[in-house]
Amino acid sequence: MNYVILGAGPAGVIAAETLRRTDPNGSVTIVGDEREAPYSRMAIPYLLADNIKPAGTHLRHGAGHYDKLGITLRPGRAARIDGAAKSVTLEDGGKISFDKLLIATGSRPTRPPIPGIDLAGIESCWTLKDAAAIAARAKPGGRVVLMGAGFIGCIILEALHARKVDLTVVEMADRMVARMMDKTGGDMIGRWCERQGVKVMTSTRVTAIEKSKNGLRLALDGGRHLEADLVVCATGVAPNVRFLEASGVKTEFGVLVDHHLASSVANVYAAGDVAQGPEMITGKTEVHAIQPTASEHGRIAALNMAGQPTHYRGSLSMNVLNTLGLVSSSFGQWQGVPGGTMVEKADPDHSRYLRLCFRDDVVVGALALGLTQHVGVLRGLVQTGIRLGPWKQRLMGDPNLVMHAYLDRTKGLA
Amino acid sequence: MQKSLLIDPDKCTSCLQCEMACSFEHEGAFNPAKSRIKIFEFEHGRRAIPYTCTQCAEAWCLHACPVEALVRNQATGAVEVKEDVCVGCKVCTIACPFGTINYNQSTGKVAKCDLCGGDPQCAAACPTGAITYVDSDWTGYERMKQWAVKTDNRPQA
Repeated sequence: MNYVILGAGPAGVIAAETLRRTDPNGSVTIVGDEREAPYSRMAIPYLLADNIKPAGTHLRHGAGHYDKLGITLRPGRAARIDGAAKSVTLEDGGKISFDKLLIATGSRPTRPPIPGIDLAGIESCWTLKDAAAIAARAKPGGRVVLMGAGFIGCIILEALHARKVDLTVVEMADRMVARMMDKTGGDMIGRWCERQGVKVMTSTRVTAIEKSKNGLRLALDGGRHLEADLVVCATGVAPNVRFLEASGVKTEFGVLVDHHLASSVANVYAAGDVAQGPEMITGKTEVHAIQPTASEHGRIAALNMAGQPTHYRGSLSMNVLNTLGLVSSSFGQWQGVPGGTMVEKADPDHSRYLRLCFRDDVVVGALALGLTQHVGVLRGLVQTGIRLGPWKQRLMGDPNLVMHAYLDRTKGLA
Repeated sequence: MQKSLLIDPDKCTSCLQCEMACSFEHEGAFNPAKSRIKIFEFEHGRRAIPYTCTQCAEAWCLHACPVEALVRNQATGAVEVKEDVCVGCKVCTIACPFGTINYNQSTGKVAKCDLCGGDPQCAAACPTGAITYVDSDWTGYERMKQWAVKTDNRPQA
């Protein structure tokens, strides 16, 4: 069996390793378009903060890891695929045939369509190459504007702060990390950052960027302006699906996949950031561009490709973020579900916050600020759908008893 | 024969000797806040549950780690944190559905039970036998497996 994987991120690499274990005689090829050994984008902020060396970002550390497993790393980027002919055409003109194909091409940073957005001095923060460009320009005292205070923006924020730049964050939404925090939590993160010397401008749009005498000049809505030596653009990411346009592979935001990670075209699967698959609680298809989903998708797609039919329950949205020392996390349907209930407890003086969302007596989503101990139990509660019984009412009074509720209902059987 | 921690909450008096021993072993200080095993009290201390990692077969933390900083010790069966590789991203702390791998803000790394390399100090310190280190066959392993199946998001054999 000839397996081809497009993309050398976590989904692709975990799929390749799973294929090797499941089908020892198959041929496994990963096609990747970056020159470095397969690495984790999640580690880039720590590289940028000078906490690790570039090799510290690598997904695997054993010497000759891929060779030893008989996994071929083929440099290149897919230009198009032909499901009927079972072949991939690369941008360099090369052709690769496959029996089973995994699309794990990840996502790419997007930029807002405003004048000047592609000027020199505006960087995305997505690849090791981007990180090197930012590191070269983010000097102590330098004026840096970060466009976007989403999850990725906030992770970079930490690294930029560590480089002692003069930092301003501009965010369209009315709060920081709007897609993983409600207003209460997002505002607490914003105030925390401001207390540490970061200028935070929410509900603010950059409308144009132009060159100025010694850097860049950003026009903001409302007529204000900012000057910057470096602009880091973290306004969002989108799945890499463009090369699939004529392939017959059905896409919406990402590649639509079913509970077996199979696409609409036979023998073609998708995993990770590029895949739009079933969500665990609602059953709707969603793109969850997070490491745990990439890892689960990669493993389960590979089992199905290797002829072991394996059902995937669906992905669960979850994030954990450290903004200058304040740890926040989000799980599942933290906005709540129709007909559900929720409880919130905020302690702004100590930057602590907990929100639990229920359907009946089952936790379906949660937000936490300032909680680092046993936080994974929030995932456990959502994922297992444990009925909380009498604990539901107690949690409505004090959600901070959630660990006790979990232990009592499971009798400590981790 | 691999060994596991067997926890019997009925015997726990919440004396916290396990937390003391754990933090001293790993942090060099008697500081229950830094312990990898935690006693949870119920009904104003009339009942208590010691809680730590079971080194589960699923190893959610290990699979979620983006940089291979979590590895299974083949001798003890424990999943261990390689501190020099961990970047502190904390993804494992939300991926573990048991909440038994946690971020340590003072080191910027995650920490979890490593069975003290095969000589768990919590079990050695426990005066009532609520925590013992026994052959895996004896640990009520089946009960734990049943529980793990409920949380499993992975293929069933």
